[in-house]
Amino acid sequence: MARTPLYETHVRAGAKVVDFHGWDMPIHYAGIVDEHKAVRTAVGLFDLSHMGRVFVRGADRKKYLQKLLTIDVGAMPHGRCKYTLLLTEQGTVIDDLIASEDATRDESFLVVNASNREKDLDWMRKHAAGFKVEIDDATSRLALVALQGPRSVDCVKAVLGIDPSGLKYYTFGYFDVLGPKCLVSRTGYTGEDGFEIFCPADLAQKVWDAFVAKGAPFGLRPIGLGARDTLRTEASMPLYGNDIDDQTTPVEAGLGFALSDKVDFIGRAALDRQKTSGTARKLVGFHMEGRRIARHGMELWAGGAKTGVVTSGTWSPSLEKSIGMGYVKPEHATGAIEVDVRGKREKAAIVAMPFYKRPKSPK
Amino acid sequence: MARPADAKYTETHEWVKLGTQGEATVGITDYAVKQLSDLVHIELPKAGETVEQGSPFGEIESVKTVADLVSPVTGKITDVNTKLSDNLDTLKESPYDGGWIVKVKVNDPAEVDALMGAKEYQEFLEQSEEEGGDEGGDEDVDEDDIV
Repeated sequence: MARTPLYETHVRAGAKVVDFHGWDMPIHYAGIVDEHKAVRTAVGLFDLSHMGRVFVRGADRKKYLQKLLTIDVGAMPHGRCKYTLLLTEQGTVIDDLIASEDATRDESFLVVNASNREKDLDWMRKHAAGFKVEIDDATSRLALVALQGPRSVDCVKAVLGIDPSGLKYYTFGYFDVLGPKCLVSRTGYTGEDGFEIFCPADLAQKVWDAFVAKGAPFGLRPIGLGARDTLRTEASMPLYGNDIDDQTTPVEAGLGFALSDKVDFIGRAALDRQKTSGTARKLVGFHMEGRRIARHGMELWAGGAKTGVVTSGTWSPSLEKSIGMGYVKPEHATGAIEVDVRGKREKAAIVAMPFYKRPKSPK
Repeated sequence: MARPADAKYTETHEWVKLGTQGEATVGITDYAVKQLSDLVHIELPKAGETVEQGSPFGEIESVKTVADLVSPVTGKITDVNTKLSDNLDTLKESPYDGGWIVKVKVNDPAEVDALMGAKEYQEFLEQSEEEGGDEGGDEDVDEDDIV
């Protein structure tokens, strides 16, 4: 089993630990709903050191990454982070990731799903032939500690003595983190403001302890993967393996914003064909009428017949409703549907996503 | 939490207290509630329905998972704690008292003799934790349910 540098800390804090794709990770400490609410109202502290982190360097790095990524790599200004995908020639998803452009260090920084890291690296290495590039898997060298919530800026200022408020959302910079300069990005998977701190693995304990020791005035709580899932579902952010996988395309999943129409990349032709001909299914979001939770794999029904399947579902502590996402036939993409919950069809209503949007705060 | 000495316990974490006139009160244990965490919904049966020892009579759902409520006795349901639906916290605060789930008119009170006493149940829990390690009640948590 793989463990992050902070494993012992989580155990001592009373975390419920589970096997997450070969990693011993905390699923919750105090409880999923309590932790979820802490992120929405104050600030939560996450250990995400299981995520794959890869640097790409070399003279051909932009040309090479353009082949693999769905965004306009050449047009990315220094300091910018973008959500993007790795696709097959058929346009289906290998992984979703955040790609960042560092013109100063002349490198790209990719953050990929822990569950797909090996698969992504195989794909990247396979397609590196003929390009002058270096693929540097920095996953075990770096820890990833995240702060998410409306009090993130104030908390980071007080705990680390740095001011990240100048970072626009989805940009990064290098900051002094208790000594060494570390990459800090204003990104996250919760729908809240926040920061992801990429520090050397042997600094992780010091960083975590500093936040725990000085974060109390901001309502800081440690957050497990259980609340990470309820938070991202509320924000309608897809999870690989649930809402997107190697059988679905970003067009079906409504991820058009991550697809550039100015550049070519592996899978582009297939997506263009799909955009012209239309898709056989569409990812939608829904509220359940009752409190039973729609879970991955449950059938979706409309017009008296099966129309699709639930991909993600959970309890929304912010809305106090059961919410979910799933694929349906395009003709059923609005209005009433039913979810087959263990043999009983429960009523649900399709709604616009995201389910939750954070209130606009003054800068 | 001190568990009632006058209750019997099942391996699926229900408890049952037998009254003097063959009517039993049934609920789930503090251990079950703790394992489930973050309770969201309870599917309750209706009064008048029959139950069978070892068979499901409802469901308890948390954010992470859903579990059957398994009847520790055979008989007919005489009362259902419908207030639980809007107040699942009662299960956490008072699982053996205010958190009762159903009352059952049991066919054969001797049926509960096969179940565990409070001490036996505690030993059962300790043994399960040793064998299963951290897994506890989390076998149902799929890695795909979490990020």
